[in-house]
Amino acid sequence: MQVPAHFEYQRATSVEHAIALLTRHGPETRVVAGGHSLIPMMKLRLAQPEMLIDINDLGELAGITVAPGVLRLGAMVRHADLLGSAQVGALLPVLHDAERVIADPVVRNRGTIGGSVCQADPSEDLAGAFCALRAVAVIRGADGDRAVPMREFFTGPYETVVGPAEVLVELRVPLWSAGSAYLKVDRRSGDWAVAAAAAAVATGPGGVVTEVGIGLTAVGRFLAEEAEDFLRGRAATEANLVEAGRVAAQHCRPTADQRGPVDYKRHLAGELTTRALRLAVERAA
Amino acid sequence: MVVNGREHTREIEPRLLLVHLLRDELGLTGTHWGCDTSNCGACVVWMDDVPVKSCTVLAAMASGRRVRTVEGLEGPFGLDQVQRSFALCHGLQCGFCTPAMLLTSRWLLDHNPDPSEGEIRSALSGITCRCTGYENIVRAVRHAARSEAGS
Repeated sequence: MQVPAHFEYQRATSVEHAIALLTRHGPETRVVAGGHSLIPMMKLRLAQPEMLIDINDLGELAGITVAPGVLRLGAMVRHADLLGSAQVGALLPVLHDAERVIADPVVRNRGTIGGSVCQADPSEDLAGAFCALRAVAVIRGADGDRAVPMREFFTGPYETVVGPAEVLVELRVPLWSAGSAYLKVDRRSGDWAVAAAAAAVATGPGGVVTEVGIGLTAVGRFLAEEAEDFLRGRAATEANLVEAGRVAAQHCRPTADQRGPVDYKRHLAGELTTRALRLAVERAA
Repeated sequence: MVVNGREHTREIEPRLLLVHLLRDELGLTGTHWGCDTSNCGACVVWMDDVPVKSCTVLAAMASGRRVRTVEGLEGPFGLDQVQRSFALCHGLQCGFCTPAMLLTSRWLLDHNPDPSEGEIRSALSGITCRCTGYENIVRAVRHAARSEAGS
């Protein structure tokens, strides 16, 4: 039987209450949202927090709101709710593509988008998608809110900029893209990615790519800025999309593991980048 | 916690998982304890009307909430239609995944009364049938949908 080590448990009644509890109980305290990353890690004793702050009662963090030019997603939005929002699917299909391949429907009923990005697993699907979209994380602490671009949110595997007495409250996704997509290769349905790519594009007259975002999953880094720099300002031709994929593959940093060797993952990163870009351009038309 | 309409009060350790509270404290052993890693789905119960994997929910997190287990599927007029259809269509062999399949199917039909085969397979994809009896499980869910449409 897998049982977590002893810990104390308290429910937060507001974000401010959660921050006060985190401040009072110190760095061995963790916030638990859906718990579908943290609780398995606690069962394996890979994580042994002394105290858990349960934020599931904070309905204020569960909203999906479309404001002019920006989609606002509360950190406690469940995967199932994001996938269930027709508005999100129409505005940012990349998020629905990614959600459809995260675990399975029952897990998605419980897991949250904030929990996923704070877990910062290098194979997690939403990180690359939010990086491609240039989303911004809103992090609250005792001194108020700060906004951090998702491209600067991850500081390493399982590490983020969220401090020990801070809570991620919202993801703000700017609505600049006209088309977007996420494609993943996994060994079986709902598994972690062998590799995956997210793409978002905006196009202008003559099919020129005026802005592009590319995010990668499970290949060492979530960003592919070199491929973005190549494609920005060029026409969305097949040759250019293939070349952008080649550049992304060249600059990613996969490691060999039970999911595959480096050259296979690098090949996937390139091919999936090209295909995601192709689909994003199609959807932008 | 209200389980199958009945209120229960317990002093528990924060680290107790919901699946063990249900099985060991409340004696509701219809909820099965399988892989312990939220993969196999044998432990699915409803919490506040949504299917969840109870091996990955702390019992403390379910405090004050409504839980429904397979023991609560039966209604005042006997077995639920999904239970009858699983029996009629041979939707179970060893029975280990059956409570989770039943609860997830019930939730699916409550939200989508006429699901396609693809929608059924997708909805049940978080639950593993070790007997690989998926054909009959899908057939049973379709049977339940048809029976409820006709009644």
